[in-house]
Amino acid sequence: MAAGTFQGGMHPYDGKELSMDRHTSVLLPKKELVFPVSQHIGAPAVPVVSVGDTVLAGQKLAQATGYVSSCVISSVSGTVKAVEPRLTATGGKVLSIVVENDGEYRMAQGIGELRDVSRLSKEEIRKIIQEAGIVGMGGAGFPTHVKLTPKEDTAIDYVIVNGSECEPYLTSDYRMMLEEPKRLIAGLKIVLKLFERAEGIIAVEDNKPEAIAKVKEAIGTDSRISVRQLKTKYPQGSERQLIYAVTGRKINSSMLPSDAGCIVNNVDTILSVGLAVAESTPLMRRVVTVTGNAIKEPGNFIVKTGSSYQELLEAAGGFCAPVGKMISGGPMMGQALYSLDIPVTKVSSALLVLTQEEARQLEPGACIRCGRCVSVCPGRIVPQKLMEYAQRFDTKGFEKIDGMECCECGCCTYVCPAGRKLTQSFKQMRRQVQEERRKK
Amino acid sequence: MKEKFHVSSSPHIHSGVTTSEIMRDVAIALMPASVMGVYQFGFQAFLVLLVSVTACVVTEYLYEHFMKKPYHPYECSALVTGLLIGMNLPASIPLWMPVVGGIFAILVVKQLYGGLGQNIMNPALAARCFLLICFTGQMTNFSILTASEYGASNKGTYLFYHGAAAVDGITGATPLAAVKAGESVQLFDLFWGFTGGVIGETSVVMILIGAVYMLYRKVINLRIPLAYLLSFVLFLVLFGGHGADPTYLAIQLCGGGLMLGAFFMATDYTTSPITPNGQIVFGICLGILTGIFRIFGKSAEGVSYAIIFCNLLVPVIEKVTMPTAFGRGRKG
Repeated sequence: MAAGTFQGGMHPYDGKELSMDRHTSVLLPKKELVFPVSQHIGAPAVPVVSVGDTVLAGQKLAQATGYVSSCVISSVSGTVKAVEPRLTATGGKVLSIVVENDGEYRMAQGIGELRDVSRLSKEEIRKIIQEAGIVGMGGAGFPTHVKLTPKEDTAIDYVIVNGSECEPYLTSDYRMMLEEPKRLIAGLKIVLKLFERAEGIIAVEDNKPEAIAKVKEAIGTDSRISVRQLKTKYPQGSERQLIYAVTGRKINSSMLPSDAGCIVNNVDTILSVGLAVAESTPLMRRVVTVTGNAIKEPGNFIVKTGSSYQELLEAAGGFCAPVGKMISGGPMMGQALYSLDIPVTKVSSALLVLTQEEARQLEPGACIRCGRCVSVCPGRIVPQKLMEYAQRFDTKGFEKIDGMECCECGCCTYVCPAGRKLTQSFKQMRRQVQEERRKK
Repeated sequence: MKEKFHVSSSPHIHSGVTTSEIMRDVAIALMPASVMGVYQFGFQAFLVLLVSVTACVVTEYLYEHFMKKPYHPYECSALVTGLLIGMNLPASIPLWMPVVGGIFAILVVKQLYGGLGQNIMNPALAARCFLLICFTGQMTNFSILTASEYGASNKGTYLFYHGAAAVDGITGATPLAAVKAGESVQLFDLFWGFTGGVIGETSVVMILIGAVYMLYRKVINLRIPLAYLLSFVLFLVLFGGHGADPTYLAIQLCGGGLMLGAFFMATDYTTSPITPNGQIVFGICLGILTGIFRIFGKSAEGVSYAIIFCNLLVPVIEKVTMPTAFGRGRKG
């Protein structure tokens, strides 16, 4: 079968060579750990511990409120030092539970016990995932138990594991496919238990042949699971583009993957599901790539959630060049940081540090209507026209020419020769439209 | 941490391709045809090019200076416009005319409509048509002084000044005019550019070299030129009165401003549709109009008017060719 792909997109410098061959190492936190109550899409969790309490690793710190919400789990043992707003990667302060690490990593009762998955019912599996605080770890942070509960289980034809990792520089999913293929397949098998008619597909871009080989080996002869090779192109990992490349089905912004009979999960999310269900280990860690040309020793780390970005930086040897920009996540969709005094959350995929040279921005100029934005837009919309509406804050016009179909992937801004901040304007407009829709 | 860091919205990286780089590429792509023009028509052609480029760059600078706008000397856009104007003029034209053309293009057509990216017509072509209407005589005079008219004593200077065309004894009529008048034309000369015409349009080879360079650098795509040339050929086959006669078609394709127009003028970003399907529609409109002008019109030429006219259709074409967003419309 030819490698799957989609229309539009582009090939930015991928920078993966900096960290792709670095085996993950476990990073143990030194100081206090910070657990924001909102690391996911949906209602913030509510703290269930108070200052002075002793907590164990795997213990629940905050309880989900409502269905679309997620629990927060302590990744260390120690004492609750404070419950107060703390700075996070998004740039704002979020109510957080601060735990002083006692360095002993004592586990709460039952953590790490092996479970016989075959005896669990669907409901039990979903409950475990919900209690384990698992959310989409690719970056969006949508609660996984919600994603795994479509209207009808039998309407799901494909469970897709998103191993495309199209963001430049990021190598955490790649490392997990190389290092933990068996656990990945085990996790996928658990998810497939929920959807009896579905076939499991691990979608990987064709620039990762070693990962493809490893995963294929781990699949063995299982006929329900296969690897789908995709053409390397940004943003292949975008959910809608991924579903199209794998199945040929198209969904728009107002539809869910399940409307196209698909469930899409990131590699680390599936691993976490496997750990939670089969090994009774809730979400307490994630894989983070620390990389960039301003980082001395780029690498991949298994990090306890709540650890500080500052410790990530130290683990990677610190800076080796004048820093231009620090980013949480990849260079296309990540969040610029002004401080490293922020915690690793469930959705922190990377700390990327660009040199001053790399971070230099073009002074925005006049649009020459070259059409580059149109040819790269994976949403097949016309960014140049959207920008005209965005500049007038005309939300009606913006919606009319499908502005809400923008996935904020950043392709248009990346290629714009006039250096116009298209994506940034579209983000603002989209928030505005969403706001207006809520008011109605 | 005491340091200050750059914080902005994603994406945080850029392709590195800038407007100035694109404009520079267009200017580079115009070089082969310009050099050929100077070889063919001599030092006077060089002067025309130089004067029109200077007129455009200076006009742009003065306008932006007096309007207190930021000036972008490296944007090279005025340089490209100037070069294109010069290439669209006969070499024998008095040198004040490119000055008038340059000022008209930059001041009236470009800046008064809002500057870079805002003009509704291709400035170079608008200037050409403006000059053509105002000074029809000089603009359509392609004749070359003979050596005796120039003064036989200055033979060296004469050749230097008038170029290879003088050596070859080219009479001055443009090939298309000759064809229209029923004369025969050597296809080989047409292809290489050993014919009469404006400075930059004669050599198909040199124009194509430039076009290949632009395609390689991804400055242009083939949608507009291909749609233009194919629909033009189809129109000629149907209405040209010569059927599918290859020689006739080849002469029509290689003659006049068609190649220069199709690859360098019709593909002008600002004045062509931004939608992919719109670019094809635009190309087809151009092909049909050029065919109508050349076959049924009084003049042998039609490319400039066709492009200018279609420039005005761009907003409409864009409106009807807006693409369907991914996942919208027909279920895929």
